Amino acid sequence: MAGTADIRKEAAQNRAVGPWKEGWRSFKKSKISLAGAGIVIFFIVLAVFGPLIAPQGINEQDLTKRLLAPSSEHWFGTDDFGRDIFSRIIHGARISLWVGFFSVILSVVVGSLLGIIAGYYGKWIDTIISRVFDIMLAFPSILLAIAVVAVLGPSLQNALIAIAIINIPNFGRLIRSKVLSVKEEEYIVAAKAIGMRDIRILFSHILPNSMTPVIVQGTLAIATAIIEAAALGFLGLGAQAPAPEWGKMLADARIYLLNAPWTMIFPGLAIMLTVLGFNLMGDGLRDALDPKMKS
Amino acid sequence: MNKKKLWSLGVMLILVLSTILAACGADNKDTGSKDTPAGGDSADSGGAKTLVYGRGGDSVALDPAVVTDGESFTVTANIYETLVNFGEQDVTIHPGLAKSWEPSEDGLTYTFQLQEGVKFHDGTDFNAEAVVKNVERWKAGGDKHPYFSSQFVVGDKQIIDSVTAEGDYTVVFKLSQPQAPFLKNLAMSPFAIASPTAFEANEEGLSTDPIGTGPFKFVEWKRNESITIEKNPDYYIAGFPKLDKVIYRSIPDNSARLNDLNTGGIDVADGLSPSDKASIEANADLQLIERPSMNVGYLGLTVTRAPFDNVKVRQAVNHAIDKQALVDAFYEGLAEPAKNPMPPVISGYNDGITGYEYDPEKAKALLAEAGYDGKEIELWAMPVPRPYMPDGQKVAEAIQKNLADVGIPSKIVTFEWATYLEKAQNGEADAFLLGWTGDNGDADNFLYTLLDGDNIGSNNYTFYDNPKLHEVFVAAQTEIDEDKRNELYKQAQEMIFADAPWVPLAHSTPILAANTKVTNYIAHPTGSDRLDAVDIK
Amino acid sequence: MLHYMGRRLFQLIPVLLGMSFIVFMLIRAIPGNPAQVILGQQATKEAVEALNASLGLDKPWYTQYFSYLGGVLQGDLGVSLRTKLPVSEEIFPYLAATAELALFAIIIAVIVGVNAGIISAWFQNSWFDYLAMVIALIGVSVPVFWLGLMEQWAFSIKLGWFPTSGREDVRDPITAITHFYLLDTLIQGRFDQFIEVLKRLVLPGLALATIPMAIIARMTRSSMLEVMRSDYVRTARAKGQKMFIVVYKHALKNAIIPVLTVIGLQTGLLLGGAILTETIFSWPGIGRYIYEAIGFRDYPVIQSGILVIAFIFIMINLIVDLLYTVIDPRIKYK
Repeated sequence: MAGTADIRKEAAQNRAVGPWKEGWRSFKKSKISLAGAGIVIFFIVLAVFGPLIAPQGINEQDLTKRLLAPSSEHWFGTDDFGRDIFSRIIHGARISLWVGFFSVILSVVVGSLLGIIAGYYGKWIDTIISRVFDIMLAFPSILLAIAVVAVLGPSLQNALIAIAIINIPNFGRLIRSKVLSVKEEEYIVAAKAIGMRDIRILFSHILPNSMTPVIVQGTLAIATAIIEAAALGFLGLGAQAPAPEWGKMLADARIYLLNAPWTMIFPGLAIMLTVLGFNLMGDGLRDALDPKMKS
Repeated sequence: MNKKKLWSLGVMLILVLSTILAACGADNKDTGSKDTPAGGDSADSGGAKTLVYGRGGDSVALDPAVVTDGESFTVTANIYETLVNFGEQDVTIHPGLAKSWEPSEDGLTYTFQLQEGVKFHDGTDFNAEAVVKNVERWKAGGDKHPYFSSQFVVGDKQIIDSVTAEGDYTVVFKLSQPQAPFLKNLAMSPFAIASPTAFEANEEGLSTDPIGTGPFKFVEWKRNESITIEKNPDYYIAGFPKLDKVIYRSIPDNSARLNDLNTGGIDVADGLSPSDKASIEANADLQLIERPSMNVGYLGLTVTRAPFDNVKVRQAVNHAIDKQALVDAFYEGLAEPAKNPMPPVISGYNDGITGYEYDPEKAKALLAEAGYDGKEIELWAMPVPRPYMPDGQKVAEAIQKNLADVGIPSKIVTFEWATYLEKAQNGEADAFLLGWTGDNGDADNFLYTLLDGDNIGSNNYTFYDNPKLHEVFVAAQTEIDEDKRNELYKQAQEMIFADAPWVPLAHSTPILAANTKVTNYIAHPTGSDRLDAVDIK
Repeated sequence: MLHYMGRRLFQLIPVLLGMSFIVFMLIRAIPGNPAQVILGQQATKEAVEALNASLGLDKPWYTQYFSYLGGVLQGDLGVSLRTKLPVSEEIFPYLAATAELALFAIIIAVIVGVNAGIISAWFQNSWFDYLAMVIALIGVSVPVFWLGLMEQWAFSIKLGWFPTSGREDVRDPITAITHFYLLDTLIQGRFDQFIEVLKRLVLPGLALATIPMAIIARMTRSSMLEVMRSDYVRTARAKGQKMFIVVYKHALKNAIIPVLTVIGLQTGLLLGGAILTETIFSWPGIGRYIYEAIGFRDYPVIQSGILVIAFIFIMINLIVDLLYTVIDPRIKYK
């Protein structure tokens, strides 16, 4: 028995690790992907070490320094509480990345589960799950997110859940189709023949084989999730004061568009740059890992 | 080869783009002149005067008897009229559709003499019979007429026992119990007189096709976009209205509305944020219009929840909050710090109360005395701007800091507006921001409505219930002697001050802005502005 | 073909049914009840209960759901709790406002996106290719609502080129016939108004167009690259046909199908996804209509509004599928 396990492991390595290495090589070659990865790493560093880097805290109000224009002291100016916008943007990186990563992880987990069940077991259960995905995809997604937040109450965490929910069908469908195509392959049929249990087949064969498109799709989904979180924040349905969430900062700055445009420009640029980073990286990953998959 | 082609393509693209831009530029010059005030007028040939009024939301319906929202009354106040009117900028009572009135000694009978020769927009005569039919409609409507139920029905008892026409122009109201603010109630927009011909034919029709006696007639309603009304040429007061047409445009977004005012898209912008004051004053083409204050913004402390079940903690919070700083920062000085639950313009205001001064040390001492354990509280921030609370989120942030300074940790929480009200109504909040704008300028409409035990579950969000206070309120409601009544309310304010269920924060002065060509715009404290005297230079 | 259409339409039924059910349950899970919102802060508990009863909201949910569903099947989308008007009557102007904006945006997106994609593919790895693709990447990364605000700041506040908000000049109102104002003004021969409407479409239209434009450009490019490598394109070129004709006639025809899918999908997404743009530009569109209805707990409006958007979304995708057969007769549906 030990022998078969080893062979299986080896086969898995050939299938899974081989393309990874190769992928990394071609990823390295693409300057654009590297730039994307660079931006992402930059913001991750901000998110992790933000409190050490930022000149000021999240909520250091000084009403005598309201709405100051950018200067050497306050690089991005100050907001209506006299808080340093530069510092708040640095602190905000943590929030945006947190929402981006975790909402996607949540939708990947739930979506994969549903996708596997649908793809592996087929029949009526597949019909039901696929129909539910159809329904969710036909929903205007931002309205669905708004309704979910209205039910749960506006907070960052609930915005994260709402965003995760609207992305579930994307991953569910992806995994389902992958499962369907892998299911019929010889080694799966063989594994079944030697009496391997469904669960083990799923976790040792099918899932690893579906990871590449999920990683690619996941990276791009983080980008979208960050924008969606900002949009909900902008509508007042996401992070609450005094959290320096970028979308919320934009919403608070709306009324100063005329007099203090810097309060609007910089948070918007921060969102754009982060999202751009993830998009570039996702593109690069796709070209490197899965050249066939182009959408 | 390829490179060359790309270059020529690029050049072509630039050429096309620049042509488009040039065309845009040309267009721009055209509109530039069109958008200027003078150009706008000349475009309407014949010197027709059109006023475009920008506001935050659309009306719900144009039948004042069935609605409760201010945006509906803003329009109906110019289409319909009431028997008696409020003063230009206060809540004193003046003749309206009734020339004069006479209350009986016991306050149970009111006899109104009506204006003669007034016609509804559909040609129906305005007379005593029309008034009777309107009142009977309100009485029969039950919960279809929410304002009538809240002002003229107590429990199941109708305050207006009967209305009878005596001759063509005399109407007699008989009350089942004296009601001190009876005339003030009648002056409220929901009690405007509509054409009986119209509502007898089709009651729902009034909502979309309003017919009153007012200075303006209804023309068109494009939902969520605009409502247009035009001059009533047969208006009974000669020389009015001055304007030929008024267009109410809904622009929900505050900044978008101000932008539109700056660029000439609208002539008047309502519901601006105090932070807009500076940019309005900086623009020579704009004037700032202040609406006299008749509101209160407050921080409610739910008295049934710990730690606010302890009066000392509530008093401590009152000492902890720097109201003056709030007013300076978020109201731009367009407010005065509050010490009572009702604004000073209302008769019965108790100026003798000193209020809780800002004193963090005293607050800390009171907290220690109360044995407060340092438990974190939830601080609820309003999700929508209201005249009494231009930015609930920001005020909450500042209060959070004030509370932290005296050792009360707090977490800011918010909900979508309808949820917020319901949850607060159920007593789920620890401390919450809220406010009130007076309906009829009567003390009862503030104190009893917001702080009596009767109103727990509706407008008394703090669950504050003081039986002695209740007795004072009941006595005041039926007291028709003005002085005695004011004394009772002063007494009530003292009791409320001692129990401190609220931190009264501010009485704000809401602002509007208008183009300088708009003259004679007078903003009314109730929020429904009559535009009959407004003119355009 | 007809059979295929029939089957697709039949599949629509469970999706719409399921959606109506989900929406129905979801909005009832939102705290706060319509009667309270309608009556406002002044209302007493009794008044709220009485109104709830007269609105039929005190009945069990299944009674409410099935009576709503029964209505929808007969084309009755319910009556707005707030304005008391039939939703089917009320919804059209909002839908038209958004549709006009979305179509305007998608037309810009297609014209610019398809051409940029073609030129990028044609001159692969040229400066234009890089520039266009970098712009496209930025385009998919920019938050639309922020872009809209920046446009307002630059083009209407600072430069004064375009009006800040609204669909029409209210001083010179448009008589609505179809509620598509570009069409209405043309029918009435009011070219001055037509220009005015067009100008008001530019800023929100551009903001909304950014993402589809970027996606279409990228899609066109990759699709074109594949086709241009194919034998018959090489043959056509070898035969000495002009490159312009090869690209725009032969290659594009074969590359357009995936692009078409994207265009269909994006048009559908714009219908429901324009809420933020509509808010910023005070556009009386369907997104804002439903968003506000959520605030007012106007159940019939939310239910029917979402249903209508979803229906249109699905129909657009169906039409795109059918278009494939027109463009490429080799595709056959059974």
